Amino acid sequence: MGESVEIVVDGERVRVSEGMTLASALMDAGVIAFRVSVSGAPRAPICGMGSCFECRVTVNGRQHQRSCLIPCAEGMVVETGSGAGRGDAE
Amino acid sequence: MSGAARENGATAVIECDVAVVGGGPAGIAAAARAAESGAKVVMVDQGMRPGGQVWRHRDTSDLPRLARSWLDRLNRSGARCLPMATVTDATSDCVVSVAHRDGSATVRAGALVIATGARELFIPYPGWTLPFAMGIGGAQALLKGGMRVTGKRVIVAGSGPLILPVAAAMARAGARLTAVLEQAPAAALAGFARTLWRHPSKLADGARYRSAFARTPYRTGSWVVRAEGEGRVERVTLTDGRRSWSEECDLLCCSYGLVPNVDLALLLGCAVDEGRVVVDPSQRTSLPRIYAAGEPTGVAGELAALTEGEIAGLAAAGDARAADRSLARARQRWRAFAEQLALSFRPRRELRDLADRDTIICRCEDVPLSRLDPSWSVRQAKLYTRIGMGPCQAGVCGPACHFLYSWPQGRVRPPLGGPEVGRVQEAGFRVQGLQGNRKQETGNR
Repeated sequence: MGESVEIVVDGERVRVSEGMTLASALMDAGVIAFRVSVSGAPRAPICGMGSCFECRVTVNGRQHQRSCLIPCAEGMVVETGSGAGRGDAE
Repeated sequence: MSGAARENGATAVIECDVAVVGGGPAGIAAAARAAESGAKVVMVDQGMRPGGQVWRHRDTSDLPRLARSWLDRLNRSGARCLPMATVTDATSDCVVSVAHRDGSATVRAGALVIATGARELFIPYPGWTLPFAMGIGGAQALLKGGMRVTGKRVIVAGSGPLILPVAAAMARAGARLTAVLEQAPAAALAGFARTLWRHPSKLADGARYRSAFARTPYRTGSWVVRAEGEGRVERVTLTDGRRSWSEECDLLCCSYGLVPNVDLALLLGCAVDEGRVVVDPSQRTSLPRIYAAGEPTGVAGELAALTEGEIAGLAAAGDARAADRSLARARQRWRAFAEQLALSFRPRRELRDLADRDTIICRCEDVPLSRLDPSWSVRQAKLYTRIGMGPCQAGVCGPACHFLYSWPQGRVRPPLGGPEVGRVQEAGFRVQGLQGNRKQETGNR
């Protein structure tokens, strides 16, 4: 396993192991709504491999990043649908 | 060339003999064998490192010996890997547009190998959109990515051989495995097991996995009816067709086997029959210089994918050993295995009636069952409801609607893989020959 790094999830600091899949780290961090659906329902990943697009979050200011395809890195700033007013539909 | 591409300057043009799309066992075998035959090879893969789904890993020490030896072989072969890269467009003259996190690339190849793997079949049931209801393979991917499940109440349900390794992995990771369900009837499973004498390693794997979750029954002929909870999965109703019962649940893994990823093949114009890319004994598709290997030609697992990948890689590199006798024999065996797999784990009819009026069918556009008319064509359904038109481009609801309504797969248009608009612009401008109008379209999106 990689070394421990710190990422920021909806304003909170979280320690994760470096290279951990971001979606996995967000599950562990207790994130329930990765994104909010077009009708306002919370959604979380179902495929884990980049095809369902349910795990989309904002990473370092870039919206709609599939967290299942991104490894965690030191200082990464993540905003999810669980954060107030974040993760709105397009 | 337009301003955007010039200003950005991030689009690289890569020339090669063989481009391989997908970095799972089929892609790895194709890339390695083609490169060993002297071809200049580029492998484009969405993953963080080669391995695909079945060989997904964070450290190679997590992998079985076979996987490690193929990854070593790939490394030594000289094939170039482009990780975390998505194919956004491709043309039948083997020009492939690729988007990655930092820009885009155009790969111009002499031959192309489609090794795009498979995705899970999700059959909608009430509550399947709740957080922590996911696919079996999805849960496995997140587990391999480092997700903790210690002490969590986990249900693994659905269909197919993947249930066993995932249930085993959950148990080993400390989950409280409360139910493991296979929808196929016991008789179908027994029939499948009888055909496995030709593949003893699979039987041994199955027994090993089963022993890892020995305390939880593996119920056949049983399936998930619905999931419920306040904002996330908390309870799941299960049935064996006669009796229903409820289980408390923190993580529900439910999906119904795999469907080949044929989007790229369809985009290129390759012949696809019953959801599988049509190939000849050298893995060549209906188009010259375009090959397909592994799950896209019919789901049969990693060993089949390696065999087909080897053949495709050799053929794409123009190496006569593609016609090797022992490879050909193995290929025949695996094709028979694919048929048996599809037959044995065919989803039962009862699963068509799980979704109720309010059950979401298209998760991207939130289209519920009540808005869909089975008599529609795919085109009508899209026009009236936007079903399948969200980011996943029917990746999830397409196979579901095929199962529910026998709707065929809709037309595939670029860009594939849901890239950001900027990436498409950069990549799109560099593809010659078919762009014309598309420049305008993507530019205005």
